[in-house]
Amino acid sequence: MSEPLDVQALKKDFPLLSRADVDHPLIYLDSAASAQRPQSVLDAMDVYYATTHANVHRGVYAIAEEATRQLEAARVTVGRFIGAPHPQHEVVFTKNATEAINLVAFAWGRKNLHPGDVVVLSEIEHHANLVPWLMLKDELGIELRFIPLGGDFHLDLSRLDALFAGAKLVGVTAASNVLGTVVDLAPIVAAAHAAGAVVLVDGAQLAPHRRVDLAATGVDFFALTGHKMLGPTGIGALWAREELLEAMPPFLGGGEMIRDVTLDGFTPNELPWKFEAGTPPIAEAIGLAAAVDYLEGVGLERIGPHETALVNYALERLSAAYDMIRIFGPAPDPVRRSGVISFAFGEVHPHDVAQVLDQSGVCVRAGHHCAKPLMRALGVSATTRASLYLYNDESDIDALVDGLDSVRKLFS
Amino acid sequence: MNELEDLYREIILDHYRSPRNRGELPVPPAHRVEGFNPLCGDEIVIYLDVRDGILADLRISGRGCSISQSSASMMSAAVKGLPLDEVRQLVRSFKSMMAIDESPAEEGGAVSEPIDPATLGELGALQGVVKFPVRIKCATLAWNALVQGLDEITAGVVASA
Repeated sequence: MSEPLDVQALKKDFPLLSRADVDHPLIYLDSAASAQRPQSVLDAMDVYYATTHANVHRGVYAIAEEATRQLEAARVTVGRFIGAPHPQHEVVFTKNATEAINLVAFAWGRKNLHPGDVVVLSEIEHHANLVPWLMLKDELGIELRFIPLGGDFHLDLSRLDALFAGAKLVGVTAASNVLGTVVDLAPIVAAAHAAGAVVLVDGAQLAPHRRVDLAATGVDFFALTGHKMLGPTGIGALWAREELLEAMPPFLGGGEMIRDVTLDGFTPNELPWKFEAGTPPIAEAIGLAAAVDYLEGVGLERIGPHETALVNYALERLSAAYDMIRIFGPAPDPVRRSGVISFAFGEVHPHDVAQVLDQSGVCVRAGHHCAKPLMRALGVSATTRASLYLYNDESDIDALVDGLDSVRKLFS
Repeated sequence: MNELEDLYREIILDHYRSPRNRGELPVPPAHRVEGFNPLCGDEIVIYLDVRDGILADLRISGRGCSISQSSASMMSAAVKGLPLDEVRQLVRSFKSMMAIDESPAEEGGAVSEPIDPATLGELGALQGVVKFPVRIKCATLAWNALVQGLDEITAGVVASA
């Protein structure tokens, strides 16, 4: 059993959580939308800009060499964090997880998918892993199928063989941004590979919270985003197996992604730069590496149990305090449930819930969470969502429970 | 809690709890128009019965937050029975209160005269929404749908539903 987190000490690492210019402390319960950054991430980017900045892979002078070295070191840091076997070739920096998935749909999909081909997604996908495939459906006439959501708020994996028959790609989230469901990837990967399909995993909601071991899971594509894992905005990554990346055409065209250009054509660059057109987000990559260093310093093996204990506390307190609350998510579980809590609060609209909570400094998300098909499946237009991270503790949950009492009083 | 009380005035909560002119009208002769807020998925459906240049009757259905629902309810009470030009004038006044200026740019883009909320009757209670910019879209949802419906009627579009 590892040592529990000292959350009061952790909070001090995050400037925004100890803002002095507000009259009450910020109760930040929206990390599933975007996490906050520790000072070390901000410092890493500042130091880079103040001492090292130059364009990468171009200059022969010292700071340009150093900037290139730091960018490539950041790539290896991010790759190792998710267990990538060959991080220096297989990790492509993108703008975010959305762009990483679009890269797969655009480059792999347009080369490998033909009219009538099958792509299987799930009913709980974020729009980021839905719309790129709907676009390909419109463009190429592919068929989309969906792994259904079960009554226990887990994916129903009972008929994967039939669902995956003839599929070329299976794309699933590793953890739902709405329900807090952590998807059991192993049977999906096994059934997909048995059907001859490659597997794309949207890891945006898992990588910040749990240890990801790509070599062990056997997935083929994995997308993550920096800003949900204590890093800056504007940086994400796609990991893919080297042979898949080699066989894919480029995504965006421009500088950096070419080996040679003539007026008649071009030869693409080596991996991973073949997929990184234009000047990359250098400072953001360095910031993301600093975020990974911070997470590794705290230890994912401590973050997971911390979040599990906290979500269990939250579910108990919310259910005990309010008969009117209805939680959309699976039962407590140390492995199959994350720290995302979506709920309906009687008939009060989520916008009103979030607005009133904001007055006591409690930041929660209200809306459809970029998962409109899932909202329809749940029979609601929106939910209120509180989401937890390493810097939250029981006092944040208590503030949420107290704030909801103001909501109840105002709207009852 | 002051800003919050300014947003959730008692009259707003009253319209939210007891919405006026709720329901549907047979189409045709009524015209049906939908409004949609992609931010939160709120939907509103308005049924408009226009006769001889007068908005003789209207009904509202759909679902949404307290601000969008109460604004729709107050709107329905305010515009029912008015000649269409007065309906459009009221829409302009309401949007002006919501800090939305729709005077044409060729007129120099000048900001139109700020409206005195007191002249808008009950609708003046929605003035507090301006301090919460995200919620302005909630407050104007029904109004935008109303304008769209009137435009469609003027253009002679026949409702398909």
